[in-house]
Amino acid sequence: MVETGHFALVLAFALSLVQMLVPLVGARTGNQRLMAVGGPVTVTGFALTALSFAALASAYAGSDFSVASVWENSHSLQPMIYKITGTWGNHEGSMLLWVLILTFFGALVAVLGNNLPATLKANVLAVQGMIGAAFFLFILATSNPFIRLNPAPIEGRDLNPILQDLGLAIHPPMLYLGYVGFSICFSFSVAALIEGRIDASWARWVRPWTLVAWMFLTGGIAMGSYWAYYELGWGGFWFWDPVENASFMPWLAGTALLHSAIVMEKRSALKIWTLLLAILTFSLSLLGTFLVRSGVLTSVHAFATDPARGVFILCILTLFIGGSLALFALRASRLTVGGLFHPISREGALVLNNLFLTTATATVLVGTLYPLALEALTGGKISVGAPFFDLTFGPLMLPLLAIVPFGPLLAWKRGDVIAASQRLMAAFAAAIAAMLVTGLFIDGASVFAALGVGLAVWLVGGALTDLAVKSGFGSVAPAVMLRRLVGLPRSVFGTALAHLGLGLTLLGIVGTLCFGTEKILSMRPGETVELSGHTLRFEGLSPQKGPNFTEDRGRFLLMGADGNADGAITSAKRFYPVRQTVTTESGIRTIGLSQLYLSLGDENNDGSVVVRLWWKPLVTLIWGGGLVMMAGAAVSLLDRRLRVGAPAKRRTPAAALANPT
Amino acid sequence: MTRKQKRMSVVLAGLAFLGAAAGLTFYALGQKASYFYMPADLATASVPPGQRIRLGGLVEKGTIVRGQGATVAFSVTDKQKSVKVTYTGILPDLFREEQGVITEGAFGPDGVFVADSVLAKHDERYMPKEVADGLKAKGVWQESTN
Repeated sequence: MVETGHFALVLAFALSLVQMLVPLVGARTGNQRLMAVGGPVTVTGFALTALSFAALASAYAGSDFSVASVWENSHSLQPMIYKITGTWGNHEGSMLLWVLILTFFGALVAVLGNNLPATLKANVLAVQGMIGAAFFLFILATSNPFIRLNPAPIEGRDLNPILQDLGLAIHPPMLYLGYVGFSICFSFSVAALIEGRIDASWARWVRPWTLVAWMFLTGGIAMGSYWAYYELGWGGFWFWDPVENASFMPWLAGTALLHSAIVMEKRSALKIWTLLLAILTFSLSLLGTFLVRSGVLTSVHAFATDPARGVFILCILTLFIGGSLALFALRASRLTVGGLFHPISREGALVLNNLFLTTATATVLVGTLYPLALEALTGGKISVGAPFFDLTFGPLMLPLLAIVPFGPLLAWKRGDVIAASQRLMAAFAAAIAAMLVTGLFIDGASVFAALGVGLAVWLVGGALTDLAVKSGFGSVAPAVMLRRLVGLPRSVFGTALAHLGLGLTLLGIVGTLCFGTEKILSMRPGETVELSGHTLRFEGLSPQKGPNFTEDRGRFLLMGADGNADGAITSAKRFYPVRQTVTTESGIRTIGLSQLYLSLGDENNDGSVVVRLWWKPLVTLIWGGGLVMMAGAAVSLLDRRLRVGAPAKRRTPAAALANPT
Repeated sequence: MTRKQKRMSVVLAGLAFLGAAAGLTFYALGQKASYFYMPADLATASVPPGQRIRLGGLVEKGTIVRGQGATVAFSVTDKQKSVKVTYTGILPDLFREEQGVITEGAFGPDGVFVADSVLAKHDERYMPKEVADGLKAKGVWQESTN
């Protein structure tokens, strides 16, 4: 089976070469038969990659330690779920998952793209083939997951215990669906540049793919953040770690792309900019892959450092980013420029959004790459962390968030800020009220905290106002309003949901950062500790045994107001003997939207244990908001106009008469 | 305003915006980035008390003192010089004697480094990169310890 997988991978590489050349030549020479090769080859390539991946997964599931990758990253005593997820819990398998998703997206275009112009489809598949070929070669040359060991070891070296968690089943696949999903936008852009024109079907296609990729990337980042929060035991949800930034940059650029694609679709303006943004977004995904997989950064994600891999990915990076930008420089002038428009309008607001988001992306890029560049050039080692991003990223985000509610309320072509402001009065009043309540009635609230809460309420209120205004709230009878609300285009709901989710995430961040409390103390069994009105009693440590670890489990009782126990929280120090590694399992109790978070430290000589305790108000909203944003993207995708592959409604003369738009 | 002037004013506003963002970024890089030092580097570099830096090295054998509640004291060494560090909080799971660590914080007036975060390796196989490079540069690195 392992050899079958290896062979399938080599065959998939060979097919990707066919996929990158034949349709391209066909499109250039206008040869229909050559162009038609693209579809079947892409689908077959995906099937072979899937077979290869299944072979590796079955080697992991069956603990076949004769495979080097399995031996290094698995153990026979691991629970089955971690054996399977361990397939991508290592460098080689994770790259295989990367190309699996890449070929999956390529196959989707091949299957769903029957209504695309033949040359565009051929070129898109060819560009997908180029990306695929580069990464297949990378895997086969430097990161082959199918290398055998002889003699085969009897037992494996275990998966990194930090990765032995359900998070590994969700976070990497979702993140990759996002990262790699942007490759479709990239391929469409490069294909448009090769053809030298952007037609209507280009815009219709790029927007849903951006939505899909953005939806998964949002979920992947939110899931990664929650995983780090509960797994690392530090209680933080975002560290401005370069690896986090690597996924955050494509998200910011992708968010900008999502918005500029709307302008392009509705007003056929910003064409060249949207195209450039699509190229940049996937370039940032590639950069992220380089940063995370090359080993230039130390992190949980860097599995092994092998200079050859870093150099190889750097070459891929240079080739694709440099190549696409060079093509852009050569061809962009050929594309027809869209019209100018009035600055106070929906499209004007979306341009402002893009200005802020791309600048914010640039500051994150500088903060992430500057330390690497400085070290490479001078050998000086610096670290850039939260203080830097608070000073640069923060000031860019605040005005952007403040103008978000205006955007959807402005009309296309020429908007009216005064009218939009009048409609937003209720949301504004709610935001001011929230600020005052926070500032005056909550102890220890800073100006920033009050501002943050106000801004979050403003965003939520703005999203609701948008729905209310568009369904005619206050001007028509409730029954009519309800009917109009249901009849609104799905994309209007999508926008409102996404902006609402943004407000919720902001509320969670402000709540946790400004009103969270923490205590570090050493406790003996029987002692109690009080934090923000919650009383905990330490019951003591007890040794436990898991399938492939032993642990000292600390039990804490949450005491209710009446003095009786109101449930228990457990936190543990786990020891994984195979890797001689200790991990901390944090104890979390969700109370409403807030969480009580507890993490166990070392045992002192006198029998007391160091305990770190946090009260995190509204913290669940940080990730809950992310889920709401994902829901927004999903609802938008269901919009009839955007449905992937749905042929544009053919207008019958009668329909055109009835609906003369 | 003519169409051309309009376009120019939009472009200028955009450039001014980008310029402000770039200025802020460079200011923040100068002020908010923390430099990495090994103990022996501190003899030549003058780091005033209160300035945030990252201090890396190995946890010196036999210097870990626990017991004052949640505060731990230990020394970080590069086998040439060592620096006393105190830290209040929960040490990372892979914090051990003779292991590479990076601590972040500032010197107090008494010359003791007060760390507010301590990072150890994420995995038993790897040393923090900065520490490994630093030890290699000082010629006290043995590949076998990796």
